[in-house]
Amino acid sequence: MALDDNIIQRWRNTELLLLGGSAGSFKPIYQCVKLFPKNLNKTVIIIIHRKKNFFSEIEKLFADNSRMLMREVTDKDVLNKNTIYIAPANYHTLIEKDKSFSLDVSEAVWYSKPSIDVTFESASEIYKNRCTAVLFSGANADGAEGLLKLRKNGSLTIAQDPDDAEMKEMPQAAINKNAAEYILNTKDIFELFQK
Amino acid sequence: MHDTAETITAPQVTEVIDLVKQIYGFDFGSYTKASLKRRMTRIMQLKKLQFYDLKHTLVNDNGFFQQFLEEITVNVTEMFRDPTFYSSFNKQVIPYLASYQHAKIWCAGCSSGEEAYSLAILLQQAGLRKKSFIYGTDINTECLKEARKGIYSLRKIKSYAENYQLAGLEGSITDHFTILYDAASIHSELKQNTLFSVHNLVSDNVFNEFQLITCRNVFIYFEIALQERILDLFYKSLAPLGFLCLGAKETIRSDNFRKKFKVINQKENIYQKIGS
Repeated sequence: MALDDNIIQRWRNTELLLLGGSAGSFKPIYQCVKLFPKNLNKTVIIIIHRKKNFFSEIEKLFADNSRMLMREVTDKDVLNKNTIYIAPANYHTLIEKDKSFSLDVSEAVWYSKPSIDVTFESASEIYKNRCTAVLFSGANADGAEGLLKLRKNGSLTIAQDPDDAEMKEMPQAAINKNAAEYILNTKDIFELFQK
Repeated sequence: MHDTAETITAPQVTEVIDLVKQIYGFDFGSYTKASLKRRMTRIMQLKKLQFYDLKHTLVNDNGFFQQFLEEITVNVTEMFRDPTFYSSFNKQVIPYLASYQHAKIWCAGCSSGEEAYSLAILLQQAGLRKKSFIYGTDINTECLKEARKGIYSLRKIKSYAENYQLAGLEGSITDHFTILYDAASIHSELKQNTLFSVHNLVSDNVFNEFQLITCRNVFIYFEIALQERILDLFYKSLAPLGFLCLGAKETIRSDNFRKKFKVINQKENIYQKIGS
């Protein structure tokens, strides 16, 4: 599918980019991180499901290969432009009205902490229609409800094409809820992010 | 699927905060709003209440307020949460505590006691059990009852077992419990030198002097101004060179308090009181 003017224009007007995914999402999200220029002029938040106590090299790998600043969220950090924030494992990541983060250790959602739904919903309340959100590959339905809230609030919502995803269930759940305004393969998503 | 009729708006959250303060004296005004909003929405969905019903029930049903309090104060906790914290604690804090004839420890926001008992296990393994005393405090009386019992489901203990191993501690977590069917009861000697009581970090004051204060994953629910009030309370409650441990993703932001607490371990957020 070719990128239309609507999607390009709304991507350009985006203040906050949200990238969510679970199993099979690391590779495409890593690709995104690598291609962002130093001054993307947006704030980026990445929510990837991972196990607590699993000291993955994700942050380090991202930071080493990103031109943007990279930071694992610490409580009350202010959301800055040209910075990529990673939601820490074993916390939910929320956004306050003054555009700072607050963390939460409450129950897992969809067996997941961080939950994509929690951050998407919170972002939607604060940023209204000024977000772009992409839901990538994953093996459960986390993120679909949050993506729907974002769409209802006028943000640009994208699901990775299930046929292009390593695990179809997560983007498919979003499509089933009619939460995704666009269904794109990774090639188109990367192209959009360079517009 | 969420019903949009059962969510709460930001001004409505403020309305409930004011109501609770007036009737019950609990002040949630400096709690972070995103989390409060989420918790209140959750109660409304669980109890199938509209906003009006929520207010009405809060005003008229004292029993409901207890449930409300339990829901909005997040009580999710683990034993040995963040295992690397506990291994650092063993290396950097235990030797300091060992240098005292008697060490007093305050576990602030202790919920159902998992963290207090994690510390009790470390102290026992270091041979300091009889030389130390742990005060666990929380605003939630139901949680404090659980803490005093020290009985946890076997399912929970199993989930803490991995933390225990990763913290590099001797033996296994079950060595410290008596297992009864599907529950695990902490050994009574670990309960001996503990006291669990009500203390509200928002409104209560200094009640003792401590060699160590732990307050992990509590600040995340507080706005920065309230965090500073509590840092002041902790500073006043600590003996000279006493230690303060915050949660892994929490930090001291105020310049004033950065000068008063020396960083002992940046990653694990272990601080030591300096000055007087």
